[in-house]
Amino acid sequence: MTTPNTSPGIDLDDTTRAELERAGVIVSKVDYLYNWARGGSVWPLTFGLACCAIEMIASATSRFDISRFGSEVFRPTPRQADLMIVSGTVTKKMAPQVVRIYNQMPEPKWVIAMGACAISGGPFKQGYNVLKGIDRYIPVDVYLPGCPPRPEAVLQSLNYLQEKIRTQDIKSDPAFTVGRRQYPVPEFTGTDLEPPYNPEVWQPPANPNAQPLEEATA
Amino acid sequence: MLQQFPEAEWDEAAGAIIAPLGQALAVAEWLLGQGVDYCSNVTGVDYLEREVKEKVTGEDGKMETVTRTIPSRMDVVYHLYSMQKQTGPLVLKQRTNREQPQVQSLTPVWRSCELQEREVYDLFGVDFTGHPDQRRILMWDEFEGHPMRKDYTEPFDYEWEPTPHNEILDKHHRGKVIV
Amino acid sequence: MSNATATAPNYELIQRDGLDTGLLEISMGPHHPSTHGVFRMDVKLDGETVVDLQPVFGYLHRNHEKLAENMSYLSSMPFTDRLDYFNSMTNNWAYALAAEQLIEIEIPERAEYLRVIMSELTRLVNHVSLVGFFVNDLGALGTPLLYAFREREKILDLFEQASGARMMCNYFRFGGLRNDVPEGWLDRAREVVDRFPKFLDEYEKLLCENEIILSRTQGVGNLSKELAISAGITGPMLRASGESYDIRKVDRYGIYDRFQFRVPYSEGDVGDCYDRFMVRMLEMRESIGILKQALDGIEDGPVLGNAPKVFKPKPAEAYGRIEAPKGELGFYLIADGTPKPYRFRVRPPSFINLTVLRDMCLGQKVADAVIILGSIDIVLGEVDR
Repeated sequence: MTTPNTSPGIDLDDTTRAELERAGVIVSKVDYLYNWARGGSVWPLTFGLACCAIEMIASATSRFDISRFGSEVFRPTPRQADLMIVSGTVTKKMAPQVVRIYNQMPEPKWVIAMGACAISGGPFKQGYNVLKGIDRYIPVDVYLPGCPPRPEAVLQSLNYLQEKIRTQDIKSDPAFTVGRRQYPVPEFTGTDLEPPYNPEVWQPPANPNAQPLEEATA
Repeated sequence: MLQQFPEAEWDEAAGAIIAPLGQALAVAEWLLGQGVDYCSNVTGVDYLEREVKEKVTGEDGKMETVTRTIPSRMDVVYHLYSMQKQTGPLVLKQRTNREQPQVQSLTPVWRSCELQEREVYDLFGVDFTGHPDQRRILMWDEFEGHPMRKDYTEPFDYEWEPTPHNEILDKHHRGKVIV
Repeated sequence: MSNATATAPNYELIQRDGLDTGLLEISMGPHHPSTHGVFRMDVKLDGETVVDLQPVFGYLHRNHEKLAENMSYLSSMPFTDRLDYFNSMTNNWAYALAAEQLIEIEIPERAEYLRVIMSELTRLVNHVSLVGFFVNDLGALGTPLLYAFREREKILDLFEQASGARMMCNYFRFGGLRNDVPEGWLDRAREVVDRFPKFLDEYEKLLCENEIILSRTQGVGNLSKELAISAGITGPMLRASGESYDIRKVDRYGIYDRFQFRVPYSEGDVGDCYDRFMVRMLEMRESIGILKQALDGIEDGPVLGNAPKVFKPKPAEAYGRIEAPKGELGFYLIADGTPKPYRFRVRPPSFINLTVLRDMCLGQKVADAVIILGSIDIVLGEVDR
């Protein structure tokens, strides 16, 4: 993370630590222990939206067996879950509920955007009722492409997430610094959602060829 | 059938019966009595006003191109089958205008029309008289407009993005620009 | 028959002595583990009894029809995969059948056989996972679903070898199939099919006479034959109510007239959840019979007729329907002489089967409403499109 470890003392690299562990000495930091425990028991939310949900379920079954990575405990309630796998197309009608569920999850919480639809709208991007990516409203940690991604890919995205968790620093962890992250729930209007995106989380990419508005509409 | 209802038209190109205005319910009840007990599919079709160019042979034997205007209309199409006799399909259409479309609901005859007519109301804006529960079904309640109509303009929610999706870029150039 | 329309019984509030009973309104969904996706039921409860139920749709409305009207005929093919995402092969077939009515085109013999093989394998996948989810809704967390998915993976491997994708196969083309199956595929398919009855025996032994399943499903969610026909119910749900209507037998699309198979249906005039469950179990046996005949009868040959990739059909209308695992899946196309369909409509079986959800749930316990929904077998991609 951004803030380096400024505390005095030994900062061990992984090889030295492994050597010491072999010798029966465990030297550790609270950060390391904390992240190790967190990364090994990420509880996902039972949250199926569309096609990708079936592959998410398949990753939990015996052939792929997500419990090898400590994440087999799918919780139906957001209050007990750590990880939200947004598995499928988020429609505009569904988007407020997704944000609301995210708000209800306790810290620390992570989000995997699974499948092309959750990342950007995917094949349905041009639809009038399809949200063009869930990252417009909530922060996403891992993007998992595919339509739908294979169960192996779900496991790999979980591995990436665990790697990310291992680099977390307690001091800058939002769970301790800001408390539970909550984002405003978008509201329905006559044609679209209001606001169309949450500027705190997401900004549209800058267009190098942008024309002024008057020219474009003329 | 055409004897029973002399005003009903047979549309050869579509292979469909067009129910006379305001008599669709009577036609449906008569069909049900004839054993057509299963209504499979209900949908709307929106036809915009359009011009077609036709080649007509004039009186002097020369080919002429004539432009003809086909007025706009709205169709509600029913695909009917008979489960007793295992026959079908029979295509029944109700034809109405586009501006204030209103047709008779056939839900009292075939229950399967209930959700599908609600869908046609939602996406096409056709008013079904006699429908027990006519509300929006797929879009949210506050939604304005009927998105499956041909002249529906979608909300502009694209932004520029570095992709080779030509259509999206076109849309971006045509519409507003979010920098 | 017409009196079967829209007559949900009026429910009177149960009065108990000295108790102030009020109605409890619960919104089940769109995020609820029992709704198989993002479906919502607004339930009114008196105690535990359902007195009113309103289904709410549209949380997965992906604008299928609008998108398809803005692209060429063939471009819609991969989108049909995502309608009912358990059964991409049958979705492909229904769409191909409708479009093939617009352009007259001959389908090679081998392609017809492979279409039957693929769609019957799909039926196995659908029914086996449905039974798993259904028992999961009953409270048997895990085991039956894991068994089901174990078998599903074997069939998905076959799909992957043939088409390159596990779920979204996009394998059918107008006039045949995209490519032939790889070498040795038919033998592997035969192996899977031959082993399947053994699994079914085990599954039936585990479930069919299970005391808990019997007491939770028998007499729950009754649906009369009269109402089922009027409400346009199709597929296993209709046959569980006593009407033996199967489009494979009625329309004889493809080459289904060459195979010997029976259509399982319930004998009474009323079907409950157990009937719907058993009809599916029996249908799997018949599918295996069809698969064996098809694997015996298939011969070498081309799999794709000479269909152009972009074509402009003459102005016409076409309605193609097949017996998908969930019921009648139909595609209604209107061509106007351009490469794009003027109107593209999907007749979704699971959407129309939900018409009677309210009628079946009224007067039942709230826990049974979950089972009734499970026994209808919905997939939200198809309900909302």
